[in-house]
Amino acid sequence: MTMVLETVAGAGVTGTLTLTVREARLLCPGVRHVVLTDEGGRALPTFTPGSHIAVNWAEGRHNSYSLTGPSIEPDHYAISVRLDENGHGGSRWVHDLQPGQTVRVSRPRSAFAPILNARHHILVAGGIGVTPMLSHVRAALEWGRSFEVIYSFRDRQGAHADELAALCGDRIVTVSTPEELREALLPKLGDQPLGTHVYTCGPAPMIAAVAEWARECGWPPGRVHSEAFGAGPLPEGNPFAAKLGRTGMIVPVPSGTSLLEALLDKGITVPNLCRQGVCGECRLSVRGGEVEHRDLFLTDEEKASGDSIMPCVSRAVGDRLELEL
Amino acid sequence: MTSTDSRIARFPFPFPRDQYRYSTNVEPAGNPATTVAGRWGTTHLEIDSRYHEELAERERILTADPSRHQCLPHMVPAAWDAMLTLMRTLAAEYPDTMALDRRGDSWFWRNDLLGIEHTFVFGDLATLPAPPLVYICGQIQEDVVLLDQREGQLWGDAGLVTFAADWSFGFDVGMSFLEIHGPVPRVHSEKIITRAHNFLMRLEPGQSYRRTNWTLTVDGKLDTSTETYPEWGKDRRTLADGPLDEVGDRLFLRTEVQHLIRLAHSGAVMFLIRTYLLPLRDVASVPEWGARLYKVLEDLPVDMAEYKGISRTREPGMRWLAAHGNVEP
Repeated sequence: MTMVLETVAGAGVTGTLTLTVREARLLCPGVRHVVLTDEGGRALPTFTPGSHIAVNWAEGRHNSYSLTGPSIEPDHYAISVRLDENGHGGSRWVHDLQPGQTVRVSRPRSAFAPILNARHHILVAGGIGVTPMLSHVRAALEWGRSFEVIYSFRDRQGAHADELAALCGDRIVTVSTPEELREALLPKLGDQPLGTHVYTCGPAPMIAAVAEWARECGWPPGRVHSEAFGAGPLPEGNPFAAKLGRTGMIVPVPSGTSLLEALLDKGITVPNLCRQGVCGECRLSVRGGEVEHRDLFLTDEEKASGDSIMPCVSRAVGDRLELEL
Repeated sequence: MTSTDSRIARFPFPFPRDQYRYSTNVEPAGNPATTVAGRWGTTHLEIDSRYHEELAERERILTADPSRHQCLPHMVPAAWDAMLTLMRTLAAEYPDTMALDRRGDSWFWRNDLLGIEHTFVFGDLATLPAPPLVYICGQIQEDVVLLDQREGQLWGDAGLVTFAADWSFGFDVGMSFLEIHGPVPRVHSEKIITRAHNFLMRLEPGQSYRRTNWTLTVDGKLDTSTETYPEWGKDRRTLADGPLDEVGDRLFLRTEVQHLIRLAHSGAVMFLIRTYLLPLRDVASVPEWGARLYKVLEDLPVDMAEYKGISRTREPGMRWLAAHGNVEP
């Protein structure tokens, strides 16, 4: 339903890209670097620094990984994945990838972008949290932005440490314990030009610690950023059934399919326009069942009354919804 | 087909019903929209028979008033991003006359319509004959505004607008999206602008949507900006006081097709504003359009007419349509 601007691999913005593993190697113990390309050699969609892709590693299962390579119509996407022995299997799956294998990934999503009007950028990376910082640093160099990096990693196992050092020159400090990080960062947080922004990506305790130190130094929260995965498109949602009140017809709505799509597929006419929950065109009346409102159109009062639904994005809380149709 | 016929056939007639009110009327871009007279909207960028004429007009306006181009310092990457995205779009939509090729670190751009063959390095101003927005807006008929997203808001921090309908980009630059739309009547109580704002902030890279807006313009002037008000403001009075016979040729329905595109590298939101002008005589040549425009004008509340700047001209427009436009008495 949406158009792609670039000449790129893949079907569209909402579709996935099918890429081929060009290279896969161990970057340092436990971290595997995987380079993906379009089989036809086409350029891939441009992305915003700090973007990630969702890698589809099993039916319905995705893991998000930051893109570490160049960002403007690149000829490849690169990710670096730490093996998580206690995870659900996604990182293990990536670690088993071999050159030539096909991988389905989402288009890049931006959730950790640099603030364009910042006077100075402090990038704080912890362990594998270094990955989104690579594209930040590349863009900062490209556009002459003022920046510095503090990279914290243990046991001399810093993924991309050499690459980052080469890019940053004297603008990087490496540390190996939370105490060292504190010693390196606190003086910087206490002495910055107005308009500096700090970005943290790493383990949750580290993100919390940096935010806490910044707060103590009087930083406004809007100047403190951290990587938050999962802020992309709406989740696929649970399956449910819609009962059409007038005819009694039952329309099943699978996970990942919108109520609107399910109705249209059955030949039921529902006026619609944006399919993003903003235009209000597809509003339907609800007779029964609880609505999980995910639109931006209905007011809070209308949502609370529960008698309307925007079927392009909203779903049922339970397994059944009865519509005035 | 004459050029008038083709202008009518490709005119984005903006009224789906007999009553017009503000709404968050966005839809996915790139899909053709059919009208009773033809269709429009198959492309994001529209090159038509007035390409050279409108580009010359833009150059004239920009030379006389360089403030029509604004780019706050932090928006330089977004301006380059916009230029490359527009070139990529032109190459995709007009492959017979436009091409963009990457050659190592440099890019090769070709525009046969203007006889341009140019190699540049992305981000290096010394390799372009003009700043990126000026360069690319010299090759498209659309006006461009770039919105930066930060602090949970959008900010109109760069752009090139020579064909403004009763507003001033130079005045608005640096304002937030909500501030820019502050004077629009009705849309705040109905939360239309907040909804549009939320929608825009959630646009994914590479996604593009479009909407239409409209007004009435006298004598088909593209530049009816605040800056040149002394030159065109009186036209509304001379039309209202002049002979009714002239209205069909002097009063134009002005449709803006606005594309909303998330730029992938900078994360900025790009607004493309393309202006189409059709004299009422041509509008009325399509009976359904004449009748509908009459009803829309008749119904339009006073505050909306005032904001659109058509308080003086809608009356004569309706009278002319009543006489020539298939309007039921």
